Amino acid sequence: MTDSETMIVMSGVNKWYDDFHVLKDINLSVRQGERVVVCGPSGSGKSTLIRCINRLEEHQAGSITFKGIELDEDTKNIAEIRTEIGMVFQQFNLFPHLSVLDNCTLGPIKVRNASRADAEALAMEYLERVQIPDQADKYPSQLSGGQQQRAAIARSLCMKPEVMLFDEPTSSLDPEMIKEVLDVMVDLAESGMTMICVTHEMGFARTVADTMIFMDEGRIVEEGPPEGFFNAPKSERTKLFLSQILSH
Amino acid sequence: MAVPRPRARRVRWWKSKPFDVAQFTLLTGLVVWLTWRGAAGMEYRWQWHRLPQYFYEIIDGELLWGPLVYGLMVTIEIAAWGMVLALIIGLITAILRLSDSFAGRIVSTVYLEIIRNTPLLVQVSIFYFVLQPILGINNPIWTGILCLAFFEGTFASEIMRAGINSVPRGQWEAGSTIGLSRTKTYIYIILPQAIPLMLPPLTGIMVNLIKHSAILSFIAVFELTTEARNLIGDTFMSFEVWFVVGPMYLILTISLSTLVGWMERRVRARQ
Repeated sequence: MTDSETMIVMSGVNKWYDDFHVLKDINLSVRQGERVVVCGPSGSGKSTLIRCINRLEEHQAGSITFKGIELDEDTKNIAEIRTEIGMVFQQFNLFPHLSVLDNCTLGPIKVRNASRADAEALAMEYLERVQIPDQADKYPSQLSGGQQQRAAIARSLCMKPEVMLFDEPTSSLDPEMIKEVLDVMVDLAESGMTMICVTHEMGFARTVADTMIFMDEGRIVEEGPPEGFFNAPKSERTKLFLSQILSH
Repeated sequence: MAVPRPRARRVRWWKSKPFDVAQFTLLTGLVVWLTWRGAAGMEYRWQWHRLPQYFYEIIDGELLWGPLVYGLMVTIEIAAWGMVLALIIGLITAILRLSDSFAGRIVSTVYLEIIRNTPLLVQVSIFYFVLQPILGINNPIWTGILCLAFFEGTFASEIMRAGINSVPRGQWEAGSTIGLSRTKTYIYIILPQAIPLMLPPLTGIMVNLIKHSAILSFIAVFELTTEARNLIGDTFMSFEVWFVVGPMYLILTISLSTLVGWMERRVRARQ
């Protein structure tokens, strides 16, 4: 397994919501272990882009492959492929009727047919990694936003995915809780996880990103390593965006 | 220095409790008096003392249940089985309507529109005179249960559809991303959240089943209303019997609502 093995390839991807052209000619390739941060103004198609990668959204033209498997309506075992692609949502989407531990063990038990004991051991391992092992028996509503998001990350990790998608994971958090979630994400990045993050946390992006992507109006406007991206952006649109979000 | 708590304003006499009680007593008294006057005017002979034997009799030290108790049992039986079947029919219909299958959506829509837009009495007749011989059902009670289940199943399906739809889309997506199939997502994620929401309106269906079971007296099912009618045919005590049978339905339905209300609070408290 070489470090440069390609995991996700999007080529010529287009998507419409009725008449609204939300993704335009997206070409993107993500290597194993690569950390990609996607930024851009709201409505630029960032979330849609990553939601196409696990087929929560369906693209209408172009092709997306995950480890060489084409994702389209003919794809068999889409559920199986999704187990290899973890996803963390802006709104956490924890299961409110299950304890944090059960949130984490549901996938391993019901999808991977793990025994309850194994699943719980695995869940505790990841809950420890996101530093909320003592919250395992609580229900999501009893946790703070930051704890909920970390529980959601642990839930995803329990499926041992090969890539993690983050869809604005800190956007609905109180400011003082953002750091605890970012710390977990940095830790994850350092462990070599392939990650695609939609986020406006530019400090995080500078720390972990291998590749920065800037999107506007459904297009990838700029793509490149963070040094060049932050210090010498090529496009005027990127400059304007960065000056606005970094000026405070 | 603490600000003294302002004293509650004096309650006006017409909003006071004793006045409420007096009002209620007066109103009830008026209704009873009017009924009694009406009965007296038509020279109705009250025979309340003859009624208990139709609940139970003790013959040679042995307790024998009377027709009113048997009727009540049959009514409960119809409502209970009707509820089970209505829930199954409702769930299947709701899931078909929410599915991607064109045939499924058509079948469920046709079923809903037919049942909703025809009189229940006509449906009972069709079940009794047409479907019972065709299906070879030899006991009209099952024809009745089946008919009521299909009737109430339409309401159950609407309640369930609303309950399922009220679970946020993010829950489906979270289920998908950990690799759960559609069926497993329903079982482990959607229904456990939707059912507590469905419970209170579903009680209404159980209550309806109890009430609508009376219509089965039309097809000779020996439930409470049939027993009452037969009893009146034998004894001519129509006032006494209906005054007793009405409250029997009331006790049944109200205790049911209370029970489900309690269950619902317990489910809520657990989350």
